[in-house]
Amino acid sequence: MNQPLAADASPNRQRRIVVRGLRKRFSDIARQEQIIALDGIDLEIADDEFLTVLGPSGCGKTTLLNVVAGFEEASGGEVRVDGQSVIKPGPDRGVVFQEYALFPWLTVEQNIEFGLRERRVPRAKRKARVRQQIASVGLSGFGQRYPQELSGGMRQRVALARVLVNDPKILLMDEPFAALDAQTRSIMQQELLRVWSADRRTAIFITHNIEEAILLGDRVVVMTARPGRIKDIVAVELPRPRDVTSAEFNQIRRHIAVLLEAEVQATFAAMETGQPP
Amino acid sequence: MFGPVGATPYSGTWFMHAANSSYRVLVGFLLAAASGVLIGCLIGWFRLASDLVDPVIQILRPIPITAWVPFAVIFFGIRDGSAFFLIALGAFFPIVVNTAAGVAGTPKLLVRAARMLGIRPHMLLPRVVLPAAMPFIFTGLRLGIGLAWVLVIVAEMMAVKSGLGFAMWDAYYFLRLDIIIAAMLSVGALGFLSDLALRLMGRWTLRWSRGL
Repeated sequence: MNQPLAADASPNRQRRIVVRGLRKRFSDIARQEQIIALDGIDLEIADDEFLTVLGPSGCGKTTLLNVVAGFEEASGGEVRVDGQSVIKPGPDRGVVFQEYALFPWLTVEQNIEFGLRERRVPRAKRKARVRQQIASVGLSGFGQRYPQELSGGMRQRVALARVLVNDPKILLMDEPFAALDAQTRSIMQQELLRVWSADRRTAIFITHNIEEAILLGDRVVVMTARPGRIKDIVAVELPRPRDVTSAEFNQIRRHIAVLLEAEVQATFAAMETGQPP
Repeated sequence: MFGPVGATPYSGTWFMHAANSSYRVLVGFLLAAASGVLIGCLIGWFRLASDLVDPVIQILRPIPITAWVPFAVIFFGIRDGSAFFLIALGAFFPIVVNTAAGVAGTPKLLVRAARMLGIRPHMLLPRVVLPAAMPFIFTGLRLGIGLAWVLVIVAEMMAVKSGLGFAMWDAYYFLRLDIIIAAMLSVGALGFLSDLALRLMGRWTLRWSRGL
């Protein structure tokens, strides 16, 4: 299923990420069986697009992100970023993990500085950029704290700052707000949109929350239960900031909920019979 | 052991014996720490090292260090070398085993995060794996320093002619239980102090894990 770019695409919109026929198999050695996580994914993502990916748990949405990030190798097909085949992770594709993945032995400042230091950016320049980044995600005054001393929302701000400071072309987020409480999640969604709107870098955001997917995304990719395929791609043509209580928003929500419901049922049915769907 | 030199055969010798023992513990322990952390990192990080070196270590480990005494005396003589060897060998095992476990247990997610941030492959060990393994390494070091004090006494009783262990063994021939008890308490106190020093170093190094 190959969706064209949104109709209102401006002429200088580029295809940043192209996923073609992507397949991913895992072998479960303990059970001696092959798990097909992704079964033929085709997707094109524009350079200024915010794409959200929605699907039942275990549908392979995290696997999709991991392949784009370069953490896992495709079993078939390919992922290209600006025409280059993805073979390994790199600072051009910043990843924000659900579990934060901050280095616990480094302070907030040192965590954010990590990528710059690794790429040998001169110290003075490094410090200036870190300071600026800390301010832009609302962490001023917390630079010397350790991650253990911060709340979940604060930690995720650090994780976001840690990748943004490297000025990545692409932002990959794997259910980054799933572990946060509802209020913090809502604040973080707004913050993310504010930061993203400033330079509109390519973003892929994985979630299992329908409202979050519609609130954030230019398009919402709905995935099937395992083996993961694209069931539908829903364009969200509502102006931001979006009102989650508006009639248009809820129309889209209902549409996606119906699509997803069938897949969630399929996942449960598979769990009960022990058969792949 | 205290008092002026020569009042009794033991008078004024405490400081000399204690200093000798401490010196041997320090050298032996440093040798064990350096080699244990290095080899532990290799075993924990490289599959090949784990396959080749780890079985050798696991076979050597159950052999009591006292069994190495004749070997040490033949190769190093009745000198400091024997004590260094026995202490280093004994303290090496808990350090290497703990380091290897810590390194192998480095969260995969942190390695991914570092690679995503553009880490150069050879920097992964010093900048991610080693700090992540630090709590384990310090556990190994503390077990190691404790063993070092056990072994310095063994070494001095059997393979060297000075130190608190030697004084103890010597006093045993004259049934000077008071000297033996004094030497025992001295070892206890010195062992406690060296462990305290390590604990303070650990607390500072691992200050990020407070309340973890």
